Amino acid sequence: MMHQTPLKIAVASGKGGTGKTTVATSLALSLAKNLTETVMFLDCDVEAPNAHLFLKPEFSDQKQVEVLIPRVNETLCTHCGKCTEVCQFQAIAVLGQRTLVFPQLCHGCGSCTMICPTNAIQENPKSIGILQKGKAEQIEFARGVMDIGEPMAVPIIRQLKKWVKSTPSQITIVDSPPGTACPVVESMRGSDFILLVTEPTPFGLHDLRLAHQVAKELNIPTGLIINRDNGEFKELDNYCKAENLPVFLRIPFQRTIAEGIANGHTLVDILPETILSFQEICQTIRNIVK
Amino acid sequence: MKLFLTTTGPDLHSELDPRFGRCAYLLLIDSETLEFQSFPNPSSSVSGGAGIKTAQFVADLKPDTVISGDFGPNAASALRSANIPMYLYGDCKTVEDVVRRLNSNSLKRF
Amino acid sequence: MIKQLVILSGKGGTGKTSLTAAFANLAKRNIPPIKAVLADADVDAANLELVTQPTLLEAHEFIGGEIAIINSNLCMSCGICEQVCRFDAIIPPNSNHPAYQVDTVACDGCAACVYQCPEEAISMVSQRAGSWYHSDSLYGDLFHADLIPAQENSGKLVTVVKQNGRLKALDTNAPLLIIDGPPGIGCPVISAIAGADLGVIVTEPTPAGAHDLERALQTIQHFHIPALVVVNKADLNPAMTDAIKTYCAEKQIEVLGEIPYDSSMSDAMKLGKDIIAYNPDLPASQALILIWNKIIKYLSLDGGLT
Repeated sequence: MMHQTPLKIAVASGKGGTGKTTVATSLALSLAKNLTETVMFLDCDVEAPNAHLFLKPEFSDQKQVEVLIPRVNETLCTHCGKCTEVCQFQAIAVLGQRTLVFPQLCHGCGSCTMICPTNAIQENPKSIGILQKGKAEQIEFARGVMDIGEPMAVPIIRQLKKWVKSTPSQITIVDSPPGTACPVVESMRGSDFILLVTEPTPFGLHDLRLAHQVAKELNIPTGLIINRDNGEFKELDNYCKAENLPVFLRIPFQRTIAEGIANGHTLVDILPETILSFQEICQTIRNIVK
Repeated sequence: MKLFLTTTGPDLHSELDPRFGRCAYLLLIDSETLEFQSFPNPSSSVSGGAGIKTAQFVADLKPDTVISGDFGPNAASALRSANIPMYLYGDCKTVEDVVRRLNSNSLKRF
Repeated sequence: MIKQLVILSGKGGTGKTSLTAAFANLAKRNIPPIKAVLADADVDAANLELVTQPTLLEAHEFIGGEIAIINSNLCMSCGICEQVCRFDAIIPPNSNHPAYQVDTVACDGCAACVYQCPEEAISMVSQRAGSWYHSDSLYGDLFHADLIPAQENSGKLVTVVKQNGRLKALDTNAPLLIIDGPPGIGCPVISAIAGADLGVIVTEPTPAGAHDLERALQTIQHFHIPALVVVNKADLNPAMTDAIKTYCAEKQIEVLGEIPYDSSMSDAMKLGKDIIAYNPDLPASQALILIWNKIIKYLSLDGGLT
């Protein structure tokens, strides 16, 4: 098992609440029991980060994510309106003899600052989120947390991925946000494998198709874990067959599991036999990406 | 006086549009002669900051006042910076109502 | 005045869409009936259509934001675009691709590179990012959309869906617009709650549900929109439900009610129904009726249900 090539697995789902974080945390815990490999957990769901509630890391390092917001020096400004012309987001406007900045619309791209002919625009940093890293027992843990009221998750995810490059590990587990838009793509990008999690319901299947499509577009191999499985929803099995989507694990539909998770337990606490399943899944993934 | 009104169509018979930043048309009207120019709202295609862009367009044409159903916080702060007084339609139904009420000083100031 | 009711959650999978569909049904059953327009603002993963049996009336293309494109015939490979781009969206020449190009996922659409390129080799192009639809559903006009997977600008698409819903409500004298919000707290959520009269946040008594409730509440309060809370699957962890209620009491947020955990919710969904249509006498349905009566009182709408 020594000297394996680094492996990065993104856990994703499309629909929220299907058990993505449950799977991601239990996968990390199972792999960390194999002490020959170092495991890094990356919580990329920066809008609603939850993995820390289960892995309980101690953070030892943090970093602010900032964007630069323009500030206009009215004594140098000639109100020529160039800044307004180049701004794609209506975040700066010349009105009579004043130039106004609307920080909540600004993306911090710097275009106005660069174009200003009289260098009347300076920039001030504004926080949009925070990055934190530390250890959850033997797991290296890092996450991003978006500030309240901020719209843009992607820059935080991108900074998070860059920031942890200095902590090399053999296996990285990425907990992706729900949905199929840009934050999900940014989380999945650069992964060797995408582990999809769904539930056997029409909502689950509908959103699984979308997430699967994103994975296909990124050209990354995929496998599926079905959560809350009661074996009754044939449409999902038909989809997996038609799409050649391998099903790695079926987690049964049991109220005791739902209650265990609700009480803050991880799946491997509730069903210890899944540890072996998760370790085997990782081995299967290694064989697929090889 | 030169007035800007937000409307749903391009002439004096058009219905009033209560939205400022997302209005369909802007009418620039001379309150004495009722001569007017109409402009499609330049902000119709932007995803955010429509109120600011519309305010900027209005301010560039230097009207004496601007009248609409309501003004969002960004549009209001932009128009305030340009020193353009803002009035509200209240229960006015037509462009004519608005001009008459403005001339008789009975429109509500924003 | 059209009242805008938005259903939110922070965490996904707490039952937001199931509740939205139930509220749409309850609006119709209300005595007197309340004509409502529905808008599915979870455009990444739109599910409201799966439980409201829509018949499509109109489909429209949605053009998303613009992104930059480099004309390699004009590009002199000076690299200025790469220096000015703050989104790491310019890919320098490499063995796979010998010219500068734009990373379409990372591009923010700011156009800084367009204005800084000395060769005028970069321009902005708009992209078809999805579609939006107007349908007739079991409970009235439904506006919904789908975003092409991996596309940017879901916030803008949310705005389009909502605006068209609002215009339809104006046209048809419908007093209520019910919006099924997206999960999270970012751009699409901010677009979904803009202009809302009331936000109902659906949470569940799990560590993640409680944690995300806090962030969802902070977000909605940041934008000064009144918020109320519903605890779904409340009996899964009664102690956590109590903790959520205590937290809400401290923040002076009213908890509208608790809905018991009921597998009928997903049984109803599998039949393409909401829980009220499935069986209005279930404990979960009865809890929803009580919650509904409180919501319409908050919105100053008439009547109610027994």
